[in-house]
Amino acid sequence: MDFGLGERSERLRAETRAFLDEVLTEELLQECHRSGVNHHPRFSKAVSERGWLALGWPIELGGQGRSPLELLAHNEELQRRNAPTYGIGTTMMVAQVIALLGEPGLKELIIPRALAAEIVIALGFTEPENGSDAAAAATRAVRDGDGWTITGSKMFTTNAHIADYVFLLARTDPEAPKHRGLTTFLVPMNQPGVEIQAVRTLSGERTNITFYNDVRVGDDLRIGEVDGGWKVMGAALAREHSGGFVGEQQRLLTDLLAWAQETTGPDGRHRIEDPAVTERIGRIRTEIEVSLLLQRRGAWLGSEGLEVRGKGSMAKLFSTERLERQAAAVLELTGPDALRSRDEPTALRDGGFEYAVRHAKGTTIYAGTSEIQRDIIAQHALGLPRPT
Amino acid sequence: MDLRPSGDQQQLTEAFSDLYGDLVTPETVRAAEPIGHQPSLWNRLVETGAVDMAVSAEDEGGAASLLDLALVAERHGRCLAPAPLVEAQVAARLLARLPGACPEAALEAVLAGESLVTIAVRPPSGGTAGLVPAGAVADQALVLDGDRLLLVPLAGRAELVRNLASLPLADVALSDGDPVVLEGPEAVGLFRHALDEWRVLTAAALSGLASAALEIGVAYVKERRAFGQPVGAFQSVAHRLADRACEVDGLELLAREAAWAADADPGRFAELAAMALGFAADTARDVTYDALHFHGGYGFMLEYPIQLYFRRARGWAAVLEEPAASFRAVTGRADGAP
Repeated sequence: MDFGLGERSERLRAETRAFLDEVLTEELLQECHRSGVNHHPRFSKAVSERGWLALGWPIELGGQGRSPLELLAHNEELQRRNAPTYGIGTTMMVAQVIALLGEPGLKELIIPRALAAEIVIALGFTEPENGSDAAAAATRAVRDGDGWTITGSKMFTTNAHIADYVFLLARTDPEAPKHRGLTTFLVPMNQPGVEIQAVRTLSGERTNITFYNDVRVGDDLRIGEVDGGWKVMGAALAREHSGGFVGEQQRLLTDLLAWAQETTGPDGRHRIEDPAVTERIGRIRTEIEVSLLLQRRGAWLGSEGLEVRGKGSMAKLFSTERLERQAAAVLELTGPDALRSRDEPTALRDGGFEYAVRHAKGTTIYAGTSEIQRDIIAQHALGLPRPT
Repeated sequence: MDLRPSGDQQQLTEAFSDLYGDLVTPETVRAAEPIGHQPSLWNRLVETGAVDMAVSAEDEGGAASLLDLALVAERHGRCLAPAPLVEAQVAARLLARLPGACPEAALEAVLAGESLVTIAVRPPSGGTAGLVPAGAVADQALVLDGDRLLLVPLAGRAELVRNLASLPLADVALSDGDPVVLEGPEAVGLFRHALDEWRVLTAAALSGLASAALEIGVAYVKERRAFGQPVGAFQSVAHRLADRACEVDGLELLAREAAWAADADPGRFAELAAMALGFAADTARDVTYDALHFHGGYGFMLEYPIQLYFRRARGWAAVLEEPAASFRAVTGRADGAP
């Protein structure tokens, strides 16, 4: 057995660290914070120029053919440093689905621009009336000559306001069983009938609700077969469910350690000497280690061509549920001053502790709620019967 | 990265699975209570070389890595084997590292199957080494008293202390005549390293225990029906077991990683050992709680094996320290950088 990620992975990790030291400036992170957008064109461009947007893709598709473990080492560093990768992630996820299942014309239209960081693609699965039950989508796509007319609305279309396209799941056959009447499209945002409204979230991130009123989409922007949208979704969601949330835990730990070393308690001693503080730090370090191990196991299983389902969900569920508990515990441990918000000059650690509580809540909801992950684990890892 | 045990490791764990399968059942575990020692099992383990393998080749043993021992400890924990394997292995490794004739002779007797040496994991207090693991069945115990490492003869001095986990624990009153085998910082350093090995192997044993308890719980809720469906189809049951499954898998990875680090990443060994034991104690406690609870009233009956797991889950790590102390030890040894 070997728990190291291997020499190639560690080399890429070192390269990624050096790259982030240079590109991910404090100023750039501040711009992301102020806009509430987890995307930055200058950062994306730099990643693209480095050839790192499609690290895991085959070389003939414009990627670098890197292994899942190399990819993981790279992503661990991006996460740890809070690099603005959400827009890159959704764009490249859809681009990869198009590379796998798209028509040649669509590939030509999208892939070169995605690899050059010239476009942003947002996800349009969730609707105001359905979230976890993505296959219940009610947004309609109706045949209209050689194209389609789309009517409906999508919720939490994060980055739609800066996106060129939304990858949209629409109902094309309302008579068919719900998983069989769906089709996916790439809907251009810059056209009549598309309306975007900002939605502000607990963590300060901006997301959107998007409305589609008789929006015309050519059949050339369809991905996969008509009524075959659930299969396309499967290819897309397989990627979304398998990631863990380790970077958030690492940044919380960094703030806690700095606070414990800088701050003294009522008895004049440094907080780091308080057993309650050292215990919490040890717990968080342990939970980070376990989160990393579960995440790395997922990547390793993938690299061996072994079944990840159920096990991938463990990384997501464990890391986000523990993050929430950590954030709550740290807010209590650090006391009333931790309530002072980021941007207040008197804030502790730039408001990192109160921010962590707000941000952590989202992680157990998006990318598959904890309840969905538990269903997957119960059925696929434990073999329990489906709930009736 | 390779998370598969090697071919040799698979053979090793299969051999021990067979041995435990032949000799240990919930009935033998019960029959060994309250002392928690099954002599027929212990003799077989010694004959098979389970202690010899723990010391390196130049000491005439079979030269297993700590990871090999951890994989065996998982099998041991799965069936709640009533035998002091972890203590005996850790004590033998410590004896092998000690200079001088006295430890050498003690190790020789151990490897010849003539003597059982254990390790007192907690420092003595008021002249007594309390709750020495395997103290009630061992011939000698390695005890660190301040910076003096003693090899304490136990005959006639160690009485069983009945306990929650049915472990062969004993309180041992030290005497001035107990032989000192090593003194000073070197003694402290070697003993601390042995304790870390004990932490890792106990974490691995708890990993096996937790994994078996989860399987027992899952099997029960698939079988047992209520309100017209298997109990396991209720999300209130399934979701809690799903949470436990993450922890059980995480524990297996963490305990194995800690054991691997003993050779492959020694700078992190102590830190990972403390993490593994704290996480193992939490995980074994929680998984046996749920697995027992989902048996309903039957779980509360002594007749069902799950209570055997429930009690041992609360005892194995606690002999040394509570989870909070393990987690404080993580911080104490780390440089703090994430």
